[in-house]
Amino acid sequence: MAEYNTPTSEPEFHANFAQLKPRMNRTEALFESSRCLFCFDAPCIKACPSGIDVPQFIRQINTGNTTGAARTIYEANYFGNACGKVCPTEVLCEGACVYNLQDMKPIEIGRLQSFATREAIEQDKKLFSAGPPNGRKVAIIGAGPAGVSAACELRSLGYEVDVFEAKAQPSGLTVYGVAPYKITNEEVLAEMAYLEAQFGFRVQYNQPITSRRELEALEESYDAVFLGIGLGLTNPLHLPGEERANCVGAVEFIEQLRQRHHQTAVGRKVIVLGGGNTAMDAASESARLGAEDVILAYRRGKEEMGAYEFEYDLAKGVGVKGLFNVAPVEIMGNGKVEGVKFIRTATLNGQVQPVAGTEFVEPCDMVIKATGQAKQLHLLRLIPGLQIDGKGRIVADERTGQTTNPKYFTSGDARNGGAEVVNASAEAKAAARGIHEYLSAGL
Amino acid sequence: MPDLSINFAGIKSPNPFWLASAPPTNSGYQVMKAFDAGWGGAVWKTLGVPVVNVSSRYGGVNYRDKRMMGFNNIELISDRPLSDNLREIEEVKKRFPHHAVIASLMVQSRQEWHDIVRDVQNAGSDGIELNFGCPHGMCERGMGSAVGQEPEVLQTIVEWVMEVAKIPVIVKLTPNISDITEPAMAARRGGADAISLINTIQSIVGVDLDLFAPYPIVDGKGSNGGYCGPAVKPIALNMVKNCAQHPDVQLPISGIGGIESWRDAVEHILLGASSVQVCTAAMHYGFGIIREMTSGLEQYMTEKGFHTIYDMVGKALPNVKHWEDLNLKYKVTAEINEEKCIGCQLCYTACEDGAHQAIRLNEGTRVPEIIQENCVGCNLCSLVCPVEQCITMERRDDGTEHLTWKERTEAGTIPTEFDDERAGGRHHWVPAPAAALGKEKHKTLPGKARQYAAADAAALESSAVERPK
Repeated sequence: MAEYNTPTSEPEFHANFAQLKPRMNRTEALFESSRCLFCFDAPCIKACPSGIDVPQFIRQINTGNTTGAARTIYEANYFGNACGKVCPTEVLCEGACVYNLQDMKPIEIGRLQSFATREAIEQDKKLFSAGPPNGRKVAIIGAGPAGVSAACELRSLGYEVDVFEAKAQPSGLTVYGVAPYKITNEEVLAEMAYLEAQFGFRVQYNQPITSRRELEALEESYDAVFLGIGLGLTNPLHLPGEERANCVGAVEFIEQLRQRHHQTAVGRKVIVLGGGNTAMDAASESARLGAEDVILAYRRGKEEMGAYEFEYDLAKGVGVKGLFNVAPVEIMGNGKVEGVKFIRTATLNGQVQPVAGTEFVEPCDMVIKATGQAKQLHLLRLIPGLQIDGKGRIVADERTGQTTNPKYFTSGDARNGGAEVVNASAEAKAAARGIHEYLSAGL
Repeated sequence: MPDLSINFAGIKSPNPFWLASAPPTNSGYQVMKAFDAGWGGAVWKTLGVPVVNVSSRYGGVNYRDKRMMGFNNIELISDRPLSDNLREIEEVKKRFPHHAVIASLMVQSRQEWHDIVRDVQNAGSDGIELNFGCPHGMCERGMGSAVGQEPEVLQTIVEWVMEVAKIPVIVKLTPNISDITEPAMAARRGGADAISLINTIQSIVGVDLDLFAPYPIVDGKGSNGGYCGPAVKPIALNMVKNCAQHPDVQLPISGIGGIESWRDAVEHILLGASSVQVCTAAMHYGFGIIREMTSGLEQYMTEKGFHTIYDMVGKALPNVKHWEDLNLKYKVTAEINEEKCIGCQLCYTACEDGAHQAIRLNEGTRVPEIIQENCVGCNLCSLVCPVEQCITMERRDDGTEHLTWKERTEAGTIPTEFDDERAGGRHHWVPAPAAALGKEKHKTLPGKARQYAAADAAALESSAVERPK
């Protein structure tokens, strides 16, 4: 018997995917905020990639100025509500809390952050507005954390902003790629609607930019172009049998789960390939969808996994089993997936080597590949002069986000190769300032 | 096993914990329930001509997540008929003959005082408490604190009461006065057997920011009330001490004010109280708190080797001195235990902004460092430190010298000029005013400021590049 039954209705789905960081009520927020010591030169601020003034907003919550708290958060990070729920706070702000050094529970900064911002969103508090129009226009490709954050910041500086989004909804991986027990679609989209109403940027959905002609049109009509395109589909493994039914990419699997909830089918025995945070998510999600056995297969040792320790703990907590030092050789089956042929590996001088003669087949009826996302090179190659590094990342100025084509700026996964929502959001603000600096210099 | 029983000015009680005259002693039902729970005595809610009360009546002061750290009320004395109260006093005394029932009284004329004193004696009360403390509602009618603030009137009424009283009489004092010992001495002159203090402090506990009215709000309006609860204990302790130390008071003291645990009770007792009265804590948590109070008191007495309450009454009084009698040669400075420090740096910022700039931060560590030569031993850092025993105050003088302000005054060595060599801070280093500017620029900037700082830095850089042109 598996830990979870396959959910067949919305309520069952929500029970299986209950929020890891549920919303605080006012009393809980008061109690938790009371614990904050208000450190001088607080380590939590240092640890936050977007530099949220954490002690300040916690103090504001404690004094009943929840709206002020929301303002403090949003001034540093436009994805304030989402980040409170999806950030790996254990290794960021909460991991830096001085209470850890006293072997005490750190302040629940993430939940407090979501508490304050959610109140502001629900009460539709007017915190920001567009700056006086400066007559300049910026096009943004991608309405993910990078694109939307850049749009907000540019609007506040008085730019006209159009966002072109390939998909039907804003916020990128926050709504298409984050595990559903971290945040619900409704909550993500409420924050997006709130920001759009405050800043008044325009988003054109289902508008992928894929051709040189489309880029040229943007270059002509806009003073600058911001690339917030993130990453693409799951990288192919180039294994025999990869095309078999029920062998899917983690990104695609999670997107389907986020969009179609309990209709997402999962096998009875699932093998997840990979050792990163996405692999952990896919494994946990499979278990919560009712898979009887979920195996997490990684080609190196447990300690070498890229995933955060708490993410692996979370997966183990729902019954996921680890299978380490194995590399997939072939996806077995007859039309549909029936198993994965692995070979055992050994790590020699940091290099993973297959151990000859150790092949074995692990039966399963579904394989999820969480082996990294492809870069969107097809689009990037259409931009003249745009330099891309050896790992497929856009080369850009660290402070301003300006690429080697001066009209193009970027931030987020497309530039950093794949990081957290908070990184994309923080970097996008800086890039928006970079655009402003660039366009102001010409005046 | 220590003996908790007391004989307070002739009123016997199995332990020193009494419920104060207040809502918890409004009825025989409540008093019986309290005795059943373990309370030693109860001062009945003040009897007199029954009143009419308003709704609502209470206001609280919350501190962060702590409710009712302070509490106030605009309730008056008993609104129940006197005969009901007398009948219930009789019933309680029959059921609990060894517990203390004290009748709190408040009336106006001499005749009324005589009548009501006889009534409560006949009902079987063990003692009488004269309510000269109530700071709202009753004082405007010439009773309560209006009496407590006029020592001569107070003395006269005590004398009226003593004309007929056959049981011990306690005078309850108001703190709404500049010198508590004056009414205390008047009580003694009038012939009272004991005093109790403090009654509530005149207060406004808060103002509603939307309705623009003080709490508690009665149909959009409010009034000053009487303040009590944990917040008032320090004021009560000082007044108890003042009465206990005064050579012309010399009466048993029932300590009241902010008592919620055995520890609070012991503090009152060490400063001279020989019974204690509790109200707010019982209103907050119910009568059950008595179990912690008696067990804590017993444990303390056992550990200290005290056999009876009287072994510790006033034990701290010899150590409560006037400021001028303190040793100016005693010297402590702070020490930070690096192993325990969690790096919150509250001590740094407190000392830097609130004290004597005697703590510095060093690069590469979050553990602050005490600048010993600047430390005046004020305690602030150890008070703000959230970690137990992390910052300790260590003695630095060798204990051989003892010199007080009084002695210096007598010797003529105190500073007398505005710029006197003999002033305490004369050679104490303080930073130059302008050293404050930019002092904390190493502090991590939050996101927004960080961005602008980056832009400013970039602007500076570009202007620096352009300058040679």
